[in-house]
Amino acid sequence: MKQIKFLLAGTLFGIIMFKSEAASWYRIQEMFRFQDFHMYGIIGLAVAIGVPMVWFMKKNNAKDFSGAPIVFEPKSWSISRYLFGGIIFGLGWALSGACPGPIVVNIGAGFVGYIIVLIGALFGTFLYGILRDKLPH
Amino acid sequence: MMDLILQPWPWYISGALIAFVMWLLLYFGKSFGFSNNLRTLCTLCGADKFAPFFQFNWKAQSWNLLFLVGAGLGGYIASNFLTTPDYVVAISEGTIEDLAALGFAAPTAYAPPSQFGLEALSSWQNIMILVLGGFMVGFGARYAGGCTSGHAISGISNLQPASLLAVVGFFIGGLAMTHLIFPFIY
Repeated sequence: MKQIKFLLAGTLFGIIMFKSEAASWYRIQEMFRFQDFHMYGIIGLAVAIGVPMVWFMKKNNAKDFSGAPIVFEPKSWSISRYLFGGIIFGLGWALSGACPGPIVVNIGAGFVGYIIVLIGALFGTFLYGILRDKLPH
Repeated sequence: MMDLILQPWPWYISGALIAFVMWLLLYFGKSFGFSNNLRTLCTLCGADKFAPFFQFNWKAQSWNLLFLVGAGLGGYIASNFLTTPDYVVAISEGTIEDLAALGFAAPTAYAPPSQFGLEALSSWQNIMILVLGGFMVGFGARYAGGCTSGHAISGISNLQPASLLAVVGFFIGGLAMTHLIFPFIY
């Protein structure tokens, strides 16, 4: 039962994604055509709040609900990994109109096509796991 | 109040709420990264027999799977109970014109029914688009070590140069698909 808070947080996230239209194929097209501020406002504001929030939490050694310190793990630097991986992700994001969270939100909203997108995403993840040692990181 | 909830949410409400979800997960002792679930789901489907990448303690990610189930539930609740009957996504005129040139009708639903509704599954060409789109999202997210939530939101909030580069990559790929490849597909 202690885990139920994650189900509720996910439900809140799903409602936000749907109601903000960040999970809408149309809004993703609009974003990649630079024809409206909407998506940039959403991501930009989340980051504009997130940066000082994380800075403040680090500065004050913030603790989580159980009293354990909140750790922010730095990401090791690499060019190929983030650039190539990012480009492949971006191609898929524009083609399917959804990143991983919104894929699931759209399935919940009744768009069965996104079940196929999810199956594709699982195959993509699987192939990455198989090829991992052969890819430049 | 209910009227406001039933309308589409403006960016300044949505962006603030996303930051709140990030804070909530940090407060719960976790970090916001949705695409980790794809790896966990692969492991649950038996991928650990094929590659060491999938041999990990998936139970440590069970919270994230619950978050995923919640996201689906949230999509169901929002689409069925938190919208008005005449709801369509109000995208800009320019986008409607650009999409019309590619053969897409103006929005009548949250996503184009011809692409994502039940009718979408009667075209093999369309199914290939869905599989390929998903495939690149899954492959790219793991290769880049995160998706929009892990890099664009959490990573940049933590001022990680790697996350900024990943987001630059997201946009190079997204712009190439939209402007260079879409005209050949549609």
